[in-house]
Amino acid sequence: MKGSSRLIAFLGIIVIMAGVFAWTTPGLVNDIRLGLDLKGGFEVLYEASPLEGGEKVTPSSLKETSKSLEKRIDAQGIAEPEITTEGSNRIRVKLAGVTNEDEVRDMLKKPVNLTFRDPQGNVVLNGTDFVQNGAGLQRDEFGNPIVTIKLKDAKKFEDVTTKLTGQTMSIYLDEELLSAPRVNYPISGGTAQISGSYTTEEATKLKDTINLGALPLKLTEKYTQSVGAKLGQQSLHQTVEAGLIGSGIILVLLIALFRIPGVVAGITVVSYVWLLLLVFNLMNATLTLPGIAAFVLGVGMAVDANIIMYERIKEEIRSGKSLLSSLKSGSKNSLRTIMDANITNIIASVVLYVIGNGAIRGFALTMIFSILVSILTNIFFSRFLIHLLIRSNVFKKPSYYGVKEAEIRAL
Amino acid sequence: MHYSDKFHTKIRFDFIKHQKKFFGASILLVLLGIVSLLVFQLNLGVDFKAGTHMDIEVGAPVTKEQAAETLDKLGYSDIELTLGGASNQRVSVRFDEVLEQTKVSEIMSTFKSQYGDQVTEEVNVVSPDMARELGGKTIYAVIIASIAIMIYVMIRFEWRFALAANIAILYDAFVVVALFSIFRLEVNLPFIAAVLTTIGYSINDKIVIFDRIRENLRFSKQKNKEQLAELVNASLWQTMARNIYTVLTVLIVAVSLYLFGSESIKLFALAKIIGLASGAYSSVCIASPLWLMLRGDKSKPGKTAKAPVAS
Repeated sequence: MKGSSRLIAFLGIIVIMAGVFAWTTPGLVNDIRLGLDLKGGFEVLYEASPLEGGEKVTPSSLKETSKSLEKRIDAQGIAEPEITTEGSNRIRVKLAGVTNEDEVRDMLKKPVNLTFRDPQGNVVLNGTDFVQNGAGLQRDEFGNPIVTIKLKDAKKFEDVTTKLTGQTMSIYLDEELLSAPRVNYPISGGTAQISGSYTTEEATKLKDTINLGALPLKLTEKYTQSVGAKLGQQSLHQTVEAGLIGSGIILVLLIALFRIPGVVAGITVVSYVWLLLLVFNLMNATLTLPGIAAFVLGVGMAVDANIIMYERIKEEIRSGKSLLSSLKSGSKNSLRTIMDANITNIIASVVLYVIGNGAIRGFALTMIFSILVSILTNIFFSRFLIHLLIRSNVFKKPSYYGVKEAEIRAL
Repeated sequence: MHYSDKFHTKIRFDFIKHQKKFFGASILLVLLGIVSLLVFQLNLGVDFKAGTHMDIEVGAPVTKEQAAETLDKLGYSDIELTLGGASNQRVSVRFDEVLEQTKVSEIMSTFKSQYGDQVTEEVNVVSPDMARELGGKTIYAVIIASIAIMIYVMIRFEWRFALAANIAILYDAFVVVALFSIFRLEVNLPFIAAVLTTIGYSINDKIVIFDRIRENLRFSKQKNKEQLAELVNASLWQTMARNIYTVLTVLIVAVSLYLFGSESIKLFALAKIIGLASGAYSSVCIASPLWLMLRGDKSKPGKTAKAPVAS
């Protein structure tokens, strides 16, 4: 490739990138999922304990409880709830854009209610009638899954089944109908089998639900964060503005200090921001307020890679080497130092991710993404661009690189 | 200022000659920090102390008395409250007790009826066992992160470099904690994020300088105390520009977050600013002279790595 064609390639890349960024950025920004600290909402960490003492919280009962929370939230029409179980007895719920927070929180705290109802809708049995962890899964002679249940009071169950013989007995969790088995004859002895054309999965779910209903979990709020929508928006605007101001100053400073390479650094910083936005979209990650802070700090740290390399190149030019060999030794010598910086930062961020709660995890995750993205843009892409420029032979004077002629030593 | 012909470097200030002053000043700061931590301790926020924290954005300037009076009417007297925002339109209140949601709603509706519907809030409630757990986890995190980074530096350098760098980064983390204690600034989870990333970031300058010292060591034969001091000074000045620039860029964004960012990110930004400044100082004034002290006056060349690379 001749020098001039390299310059054309460089300019072409810049024009195409500018076009792509201008075209896609508004969409990327709009699609970013904002955390509840930026658009309002609340986060609650619940600790689950059995309502009536005794038994331990089992992993399946915790999972069922979180599913039942999800159903209640869905029933309210709240968009994009995030419900996760943590450890052995915790459930974290994050809801954004909720206007009736008090009501929703009251509703979530209520323990699940398992009922068996007759065709008229009258409750004939409820969760407390069942032996804790008494429901099990078995297979009939054809290998079809059946759910076995155990009741505390055999007499009561016999009475109920006698009354409902020939009718259905519907099983509800809260207001959701799970199954409506038919009672064929009075059942004595306090144990029964529910058979039907269940898949193993359905049968397992029914079993877990009955066990959960027999031992409903009490949810206690251990940690809550609640942010008003207006406050969230205000935080978003202010912090994004702060980030833009800081980034703008950095761009000006880079060009003032490093001239031509400074322009390249500016281009790579812009592509870093764009790529990080893209990564956030693709991963469907949630941007939190500390996340924006990490994003903004990331801009400052991403340019470090450029600065370390450019300063090294400047030094090589001063020592009397040619531009091209300065570039080669400069970028080679600086790579390891730059990677060191990235690795130590990743170590700190990973530790932070492991210990942190919601918003801090957002910070740590953004930090990790931002380091990985900046390795791409501010090391590799930056090198590629500066290679094109130097080898285009257009910018030969040392002053283009921020070096004064007088500083250059003879070899 | 003098010119080191051997290293082609202008030495504008002899850091090694003045090392006692730097060590003295830093030891003094550490002692002050220890005293402050023992006497005042840290001003722990709800994340670590349990209770309720409310940030109420009133939307109009308020005075402490007005806000206190509103709270007093609801039966909360002698409550710790601070004002924030550009024109004191934000009230931050901390309750030592875990407030029920109904109480929080009551406070909010009182503020709304008094100042209008634009009142908006952030409320954090942390139960005592959660605060204890978070505190414990945090201490582990800082220890684990420090150890992981130390191990990395030890793999990367011989032990004297590693020890000097690690003392310096722990010093940086401590300075942030100490200043927060001395100035009674609130310590919450974002503060821990700032301290941990300070540890991760402040090691970078040290690596740049030590890489350079190591590179220069390869090219200079005799190593008595004076020559080593000159070598360290030259290495410091050769890397000075990039160290200043790299810290400066991050400092610029941290300062703009502090000045223009939202209220709840300000203390985080402040902790970052302190950590960055301390990191820049300790790389030059603590870590490098410390390495020289550990290296001692040996005529034999020290162990250097097989493939020194620097930038």
